[in-house]
Amino acid sequence: MAAAASPTSARTDRPTIVLIGHGMVGQRFLEALAERGVTETSRVVVLCEEPRPAYDRVQLTSYFSGRSAEELSLVERDFMDRHGIELHLGDPAETIDRAARTVTARSGLTVGYDTLVLATGSYPFVPPVPGKDSTGCFVYRTIEDLLAIEEYAKNVTTGAVVGGGLLGLEAAGALTGLGLRTHVVEFAPRLMPVQVDDGGGAALRRTIEDMGVTVHTGVGGKEITAGEDGAVTGMELSDGSRLDTDMVIFSAGVRPRDQLARDCGLEVGERGGIVVDATCRTPGDTAVYAIGECALACDGRVYGLVAPGYEMADTAAAAIAEQDTDGFTGADTSTKLKLLGVDVASFGDAHGASEGALDVVYCDSRAGVYKKLVVGADGTLLGGVLVGDAEAYGMLRPLTGSVPPVSPEQLVLPAGAGAPVALGPSALPDDAVICNCHNVTKGTIRGAVTEHSCTTVPEVKKCTKAGTGCGSCVKALTSLVNDELEASGVIVDKGLCGCFPHTRAELYEVVRTLRLASYEELLASHGRPEARDGDGCEICKPAVGSIIASLAPSVGADGYILDGEQAALQDTNDHFLANLQRNGSYSVVPRIPGGEITPEKLIVIGEVARDFGLYTKITGGQRIDLFGARVDQLPLIWSRLVDAGFESGHAYGKALRTVKSCVGQTWCRYGVQDSVRMAIQLELRYRGLRSPHKLKSAVSGCARECAEARGKDFGVIATSNGWNLYVGGNGGADPRHADLLAQDLSHAELIRLIDRFLMFYIRTADRLERTSAWLERIDGGLDHVRDVVVHDSLGLCDELEALMAAHVHHYRDEWAETLNDPERLARFVSFVNAPEAPDPSVRFTPERDQIKPDLTLLAGPTLPVRTLESVRPLEGTSAR
Amino acid sequence: MTTATATPTATEAATTAAADSPTVEILGPDGWLPVCTLDRLSPGRGVAALLPDGTQAALFTDRAGRAYAIGNRDPFTGAQVLSRGLTGTATGRPYVASPLLKQRFDLANGECLDDPSVSVPTYSVRTRGGA
Ligand code: SRM
Ligand SMILES: Cc1cc2nc3c(=O)[nH]c(=O)nc-3n(C[C@H](O)[C@H](O)[C@H](O)COP(=O)(O)OP(=O)(O)OC[C@H]3O[C@@H](n4cnc5c(N)ncnc54)[C@H](O)[C@@H]3O)c2cc1C
Ligand code: SF4
Ligand code: FES
Repeated sequence: MAAAASPTSARTDRPTIVLIGHGMVGQRFLEALAERGVTETSRVVVLCEEPRPAYDRVQLTSYFSGRSAEELSLVERDFMDRHGIELHLGDPAETIDRAARTVTARSGLTVGYDTLVLATGSYPFVPPVPGKDSTGCFVYRTIEDLLAIEEYAKNVTTGAVVGGGLLGLEAAGALTGLGLRTHVVEFAPRLMPVQVDDGGGAALRRTIEDMGVTVHTGVGGKEITAGEDGAVTGMELSDGSRLDTDMVIFSAGVRPRDQLARDCGLEVGERGGIVVDATCRTPGDTAVYAIGECALACDGRVYGLVAPGYEMADTAAAAIAEQDTDGFTGADTSTKLKLLGVDVASFGDAHGASEGALDVVYCDSRAGVYKKLVVGADGTLLGGVLVGDAEAYGMLRPLTGSVPPVSPEQLVLPAGAGAPVALGPSALPDDAVICNCHNVTKGTIRGAVTEHSCTTVPEVKKCTKAGTGCGSCVKALTSLVNDELEASGVIVDKGLCGCFPHTRAELYEVVRTLRLASYEELLASHGRPEARDGDGCEICKPAVGSIIASLAPSVGADGYILDGEQAALQDTNDHFLANLQRNGSYSVVPRIPGGEITPEKLIVIGEVARDFGLYTKITGGQRIDLFGARVDQLPLIWSRLVDAGFESGHAYGKALRTVKSCVGQTWCRYGVQDSVRMAIQLELRYRGLRSPHKLKSAVSGCARECAEARGKDFGVIATSNGWNLYVGGNGGADPRHADLLAQDLSHAELIRLIDRFLMFYIRTADRLERTSAWLERIDGGLDHVRDVVVHDSLGLCDELEALMAAHVHHYRDEWAETLNDPERLARFVSFVNAPEAPDPSVRFTPERDQIKPDLTLLAGPTLPVRTLESVRPLEGTSAR
Repeated sequence: MTTATATPTATEAATTAAADSPTVEILGPDGWLPVCTLDRLSPGRGVAALLPDGTQAALFTDRAGRAYAIGNRDPFTGAQVLSRGLTGTATGRPYVASPLLKQRFDLANGECLDDPSVSVPTYSVRTRGGA
């Protein structure tokens, strides 16, 4: 190899591979090089235009549903280091000198190459309409595009998407998700013209319109109009009509990014795309390859999907490693739309273009369902379109190209309408491709279970990569893995833990119907045989403790959770009725219902905090947290708080936490109901209610929603006619807005519905499953819950209400009960053999006029020694 | 509302132990140390004991009435809290799960079930006397 000197990046003795573009296909190419050991024998340099390493562009839209940029990343943290790959972020290649075999990047960096790989992807095509560069016009391709769209959408109310294809609909879904009135403008007579036919387009349109998107087909955007400030005001359409809109997203197709190749004289197709042969090498220069969306494959097509790109990446890597490859000669273009709430899929020869192709169609316009299969004369399944119900996609796609084991009608008829179709993934041949993105066959997936001893879906995903692309195969993958596990004798275990084979909901039923209020009896009678004589575990004990507590009055148990056997079941926080902190001290949170508090009570909290030297902080839940109490101080602190009329705030429990309120009608000029009174009433009604996970609520006095009720498990928003009830909201790591359960409720109706809702949740949820996750998991989702709690479809409501009435009736404050009983107080000592001694390891240092834990005491292999004698007994109450 | 003056302190409550219950002793650096009566221990739950040299032990019983003692210090956080964890049995091994970050420690040999490179000290325990 000639060692041509390059200005900034010297040639090494190893051959150099330069990759331009670190997108999805580029990253796959690097992985394929590493798998083949090429990264060990060659130097690999990557020029990446975007400011971040490769991420999952296919899942881009999930950024709007909370997936962070980090979570979208496709690159394992130490991947580049481990394989010695040099990655230059934010530094695009600007010129290629094929004679000198160098690439120069924007920063001036010049790298010599022996092999050059172009993976520059595509750019969004923006039609040349006047006004297309106005402020408020966007494209939809990168994380940066999304950030810009999100920012702009904050200040506007209406958005329009130009293009009604796959990406256009995703963009429209994102705009509605951002709270904008949304239009889609599609030039073709139907939506997703490439994938679906007229029947499918009509069904799709109904579903999209049901989501609140206005669809305009058969018209194009003629001109974007802008105001004096240069910002978009609307769009003139080709039929002469006009659309008012504040922003426009162009999603009118993509074009291969082949400019670099053109500039250095490589051959490109008539409509773009770098010409390559079956090994993805350019015919004009054997040192150059092109892969992914920038390449024009040898079948004359440019593929705009990730799966063919991945195949090209593998092909090129194999060719560079001088290994045999089948080459890339063409690929399947099946797609499944990932838009939330719309099921659309098309696969194989969706338009029936093959000789002699016949259609089998099922259409239910009322339900927005359209399914078409394209079948050859000999019965071979050639392709199809599914709209409104794409359940069968996971099965049908792998069957494409073969004669299905049952007749086509049965494959499209809805369940129950025809003969039962016993067609699971078991019916598929081993070479059927289950995961298109990563080209993984059923045989490979079975092998992961039988030969590589994977026992869970995540393990199989990791082992085979199946399901880690667009995700559309995960359903089929899961049932295949479960089938395979069952076939190999592994029982797919849905049990709560190693002690019980039941789910939490099943255990709830056992406790309720058998009135079994003892953990030991439950373990002995219902535990797994191997666990029956044991001591249980830290998973089932609190779960069963919580079930017994929520059912206490009706199964004859004591509502007080710290007596007898129940005490041993509680997590440490419940055991000490306080929250354990990192240094072994506890925090104290008195209940402040609705966030309303008198000055006298505020003063008491202040005095208690001062006297015990506690760190004091206003919480995010409209109350006050006092940190840094030693376990032996808890009863002393609480006796003062209880005296002043405070109760436990259950900050420690999987129980009702707070019901936040806004100030509401009493003071606020906008308020339409008394939100504070309602919040206090709800907090007092449900205080102490134990549940599968914590429960939070809020009440807002009008639609301005200052109490953030839609971020709560049950949220109430006042209307001029009463109250709207929202359920299933969540903040935290995976935020979710609550869904409207019922509208304009009277006072009594509201309480009755919340009673039912909470008890139904407690009855059926899994351990540590917030209402949001529960609502998404249970069959039928919100509609089912509404049927049960509003329309009483299961005839359960009387019982649910009675359970809540019993809870309300039997509620007693846990701290008052504890203080009244010496036995119950006995646990609040640091040391069983030295009840007077405070724990010497719990120490504090000053910070901003308060205290913070002294962690230096906890560090190191052993603690500094303090002898028993040197530990002074507690004097009075102010220990520090 | 309850009156604070009538509320007994935890210390009083802790020292009123039943006389006929056997005493649990831990073998510390200076020989057997009586810690508490057996009825102060409830299966599945621990208590902490302060040893003469200032170190802390966590004491437990299981359902069969066997007592165990291990170091109270959670090696993952440094906090003296293992006595406040929940106990359980995994493949026949009795363990306590730290209340902070939930790692489990074998009560018999101190080994961490979730990270065998970590362990806590163990102490010999015996019960004496009682009715
Ligand atoms: C004190 C407080 C932070 C603050 O200084 O403001 C807090 C502190 C803790 N939060 Fe929180 N959260 C606090 C408000 C919130 C809020 C805001 C709210 O409630 O309006 C949220 C988001 C809303 C939500 O829950 O949906 C919140 C979401 C979480 C989560 C995530 C829950 C989720 O479903 O994703 C956890 C973890 C968990 O519960 O598993 C958590 C857990 C915790 C724990 C219990 C962590 C732990 O186990 O030690 C913290 C200990 C509190 C203590 O020792 O007293 N905290 N936490 C807030 C107490 C509110 C109160 O008065 O009770
Ligand atoms: C919202 C959205 C949804 C999608 N959904 C699906 C789907 O469901 N199924 C599916 O199969 N496909 C889907 N796609 C398409 C899929 O993302 C692409 O097929 C895939 O990303 C192509 O990979 P690539 O590496 O060829 O191009 P890209 O991922 O675009 O990567 C090319 C990279 O090269 C960089 N680059 C360009 N020029 C230079 C230069 N001169 N120097 C350095 N770097 C350069 C670019 O910045 C980019 O980062 C979707 C795309 C979008 C935008
Ligand atoms: S939600 Fe409405 S009533 Fe309540 S404070 Fe805000 S604006 Fe006022
Ligand atoms: S088909 Fe896309 S992840 Fe499997």
